[in-house]
Amino acid sequence: MTEVSFSFDDKVYKGYHGEPLAAALLRNGLLSITNSTYHGRPRGIVGLGVEEPNALVQLVSGTKESMLPATVIEVVEGLAARSITGVGALPEIPDEARYDKTNRYIDVLVIGAGIAGLKAAEEHLLAGREVLLIDDQPEPGGHLRHLGQELPSALNDIFKHTNLTYLSRCTAVGLYDQNYVVAIERRSDHLGNAAPENRARIRVWHIRADQIVLAPGAFQRPLIFANNDRPGIILSHAAATYVAKHGVQIFKHAVIVTIDNQGYRDAVRLHNAGVKVQGIYDARPSATGPSLDAARVANIPIHFRSTVLDTISNSEGALKSVIIQNLDAHETFQIAADLLAVSGGWTPIVDLATHIGIKPIWSEEHAAFLVNQFTNKLHIAGMLAGGFGEDDDPKVFFGPELNAEQSLCAYIDLQRDATLYDLRRGVGAGLRSIEHIKRYTTIGTAHDQGKTSGMLTIGALCQLNRDLHCEKSVLSPAYIGTLSFRPPYVPVPFAALAGRERGALSDPIRITPLHQWHVEAGAIFEDVGQWKRPWYFPKAGESMEDAVMRECIAARNGVAVMDASTLGKIDIQGPDAAVFLDRIYTNIFSSLPEGQCRYGVMCKADGIVFDDGVTTRLGKNHFLMTTTTGGAARVLAWLEEWLQTEWPDLKVYCTSVTEHISTIALVGPKSRELLGELVKDIDLSKDAFSFMHSREATIDGIYVRIARISFSGELAFEINVAWGHARYIWERLWALGRTYDLTAYGTETMHVLRAEKGYIIVGQDTDGTQTPYDLNMSWIVSKKKEFIGKRSFQLPYLKASGRPQLIGLLPENGDEVIPEGAYITVLNAQPDKHGKTSHIGFVTSSYHSPELGRAFALALVSNGLQRMGEIVSVPIGKKILNATICDAVFIDKENIRRDS
Amino acid sequence: MLYIPCPHCGLRNETEFHYGAEAGVAYPDPNMLSDEEWAKYLHIRSNPKGWLAERWVHFAGCGRWFNLWRNTITHEIGPVYLPFTTQPKSPANIGQEDSKA
Repeated sequence: MTEVSFSFDDKVYKGYHGEPLAAALLRNGLLSITNSTYHGRPRGIVGLGVEEPNALVQLVSGTKESMLPATVIEVVEGLAARSITGVGALPEIPDEARYDKTNRYIDVLVIGAGIAGLKAAEEHLLAGREVLLIDDQPEPGGHLRHLGQELPSALNDIFKHTNLTYLSRCTAVGLYDQNYVVAIERRSDHLGNAAPENRARIRVWHIRADQIVLAPGAFQRPLIFANNDRPGIILSHAAATYVAKHGVQIFKHAVIVTIDNQGYRDAVRLHNAGVKVQGIYDARPSATGPSLDAARVANIPIHFRSTVLDTISNSEGALKSVIIQNLDAHETFQIAADLLAVSGGWTPIVDLATHIGIKPIWSEEHAAFLVNQFTNKLHIAGMLAGGFGEDDDPKVFFGPELNAEQSLCAYIDLQRDATLYDLRRGVGAGLRSIEHIKRYTTIGTAHDQGKTSGMLTIGALCQLNRDLHCEKSVLSPAYIGTLSFRPPYVPVPFAALAGRERGALSDPIRITPLHQWHVEAGAIFEDVGQWKRPWYFPKAGESMEDAVMRECIAARNGVAVMDASTLGKIDIQGPDAAVFLDRIYTNIFSSLPEGQCRYGVMCKADGIVFDDGVTTRLGKNHFLMTTTTGGAARVLAWLEEWLQTEWPDLKVYCTSVTEHISTIALVGPKSRELLGELVKDIDLSKDAFSFMHSREATIDGIYVRIARISFSGELAFEINVAWGHARYIWERLWALGRTYDLTAYGTETMHVLRAEKGYIIVGQDTDGTQTPYDLNMSWIVSKKKEFIGKRSFQLPYLKASGRPQLIGLLPENGDEVIPEGAYITVLNAQPDKHGKTSHIGFVTSSYHSPELGRAFALALVSNGLQRMGEIVSVPIGKKILNATICDAVFIDKENIRRDS
Repeated sequence: MLYIPCPHCGLRNETEFHYGAEAGVAYPDPNMLSDEEWAKYLHIRSNPKGWLAERWVHFAGCGRWFNLWRNTITHEIGPVYLPFTTQPKSPANIGQEDSKA
């Protein structure tokens, strides 16, 4: 054993490398290490591992993790921790430790390397299977380790087997359907400064196993009695381990209270380690077994039908003496003791089993819930399956009867300071279900999730039900059942789950081939799905408003250029492509001549608009569909779904080409002139190349497809070019555009321009409840053919009066841009008697228009198309803005500019 | 997390798939249905507690749609079958028909 220095609450102590911090604190005499969260009572260490309800500490060294039980921290040189009351503090610096994850597919996963788990692993290895054995302790052996005993040599041999992977310090935190387990492996904290620099602190294991053996073992549980929370009251197995294995010498006089033979074994260990054991007080009327014989040999006084009723503290709040009650005569007497070792029976760890919905079954014989539900894929072993050993014989007993005053300080959940009194209050308030009582009392809601308090609550409930003379059916834990445990079994740092997918790696970033140009031009970007799109291009000193105004004016009066490469693009080919599109879109595409484009809207079967975009017919059996930037993947999935599951007879093939083709939109009255300087092999004139036509051409020998598509309402050309050539084309335009004052614009200007023209954005001007009719697009709904969603337009609720309809809004005050999302009411609407004002719709898009010289908006308003000219109100907080309903097309209603 | 046997790619984690609701609900001839029948097609599914034939698509793998039987209580997965092939018997009914006969 290597001696090391560590600090606790800024004082330096000596400890041994690798021992639990809890053992080192006790050896150094730190019996009280914190005050309780709500009652401020002194508290010390109670348990041995993750079940510890009291001794939470915050790390000051390393990652400064904020709340860890002292029982699970391994002492290393330089370890620093401080006590906390209830909650730790999140460190102010980011956690820079490395976290990673891995996947494992395995024949057999064994959870728990106690004797039962090791035996199961051995069997499966002998049968030729690959085994992954995980255990949360530093070394295998389970309880044997606590006893300081060596593994039997046969079991030790399995670690030489090449088919075995053994992971220590690895905790299964969740068991999920079809034998899927998530486990966290702590890889570096226990090495302290010796840890390799780049080693992941925690590795998250995602394990899928053909078979799982659950052998998690059990926690010892406490008893409920008055003042059962004092430092010095410790679970007997923990107390004996700290004293006998870790050399804790601070206890002089011990009292043991027990309900099973485990208390006797621990009494003997304490006795052998030099602690004066005053007596064993056993709630049972009698007991036999080797453990009792051993206690008798050690001359430890044994008293049956006795248990602890109350305790008395010294001036520091630690245990001074124990009040023992005879359960038959109800007489009490006092014994001086600085250690009260409590053995309240074993609680097998049912948590993982309950994660997948298994209901543990109460066993009166074991005084515990066990799991006896197993399949050929999921096996249960060890104490969870009832393998308690011969010499145990527990009694169903959770503590003596307590009066109201005693119940006020009879703690069930130490971390939450929840008492028997609180539980009685919950039952008094009419709560019966253990799940309700948990939420009312907060029992089982702390970091330990009821590992020691859950079973006590169930026991106390049974007793209360007995006192209340309830029906027989609620007197046994069998009828109350356990709490439902949910993953994770122990707290897991978010940093571990995030792994390396943090910051820039948290989500893929998609950029266009022009991205670097935008960066160099000083663009401000916005996220559109995973895409980075230029939002606006401010010149020095310009605000966003200034930049957008300048960009809009350029597009309307001169020439401007936008990167539209993020448009979703789907290449659709096959002899039935036209028929297919007729069924998908509300309008007809089979009549579209080759080399022409058409705007289309698609609906789901319920008649609701789902996506829109322009599709170009490139050949008889060849179309290029564009979708909204965010909708590309869902539209492709939608097309595939119909082709695969409804119309397999259609010969159509869909391919995503979003990132094959870059799209550059050249917009404005001077766009033709500028483009003409670059494109010499086709006639760009109005008559030769009219709106919604597509032409193949070359620019400096590079193949481009140019389409007269306009999302701005201006004369515009969309240049489609192979992704890799886009930057070249853009640079050429930019160089030639200098004399035209060519202006780059971003998505904000695009939004203003399209809204001025009344063009919708699906998802902004729709909220997933609009039909094409609601959007004033009856012109796009074909009467001549069948398409997805058509039948729904006949449904009464889609035909009914009062549906929201897309309209324009002109605020009375042209300088005031109405916030998007604002509710719209009738003019001067008054609240009803409940103080509620009913609305008739809401604003979907709202901007300042340089072209109109005022603010304007698009909105969805009930019966909006019949309300033209009506003045409505838009309440914004205490202010009410008035606005006039108008047509949603604000500029160029005759399409003269667009078609020019 | 479900472990789903894609008929083309083998066993894969659920995160590679999208759910497509109940299988065997064919797109009807919309014009042959009353409003009520159409609304039923749109919105009403059997939603049983127990075995259900479902549609899934392996979107992060082969991109193909297929069907499988799944127990909605235990998440046990039964027979897997391709669209437009005969639906295998529900695992719930296996053995029952013999006893009826």
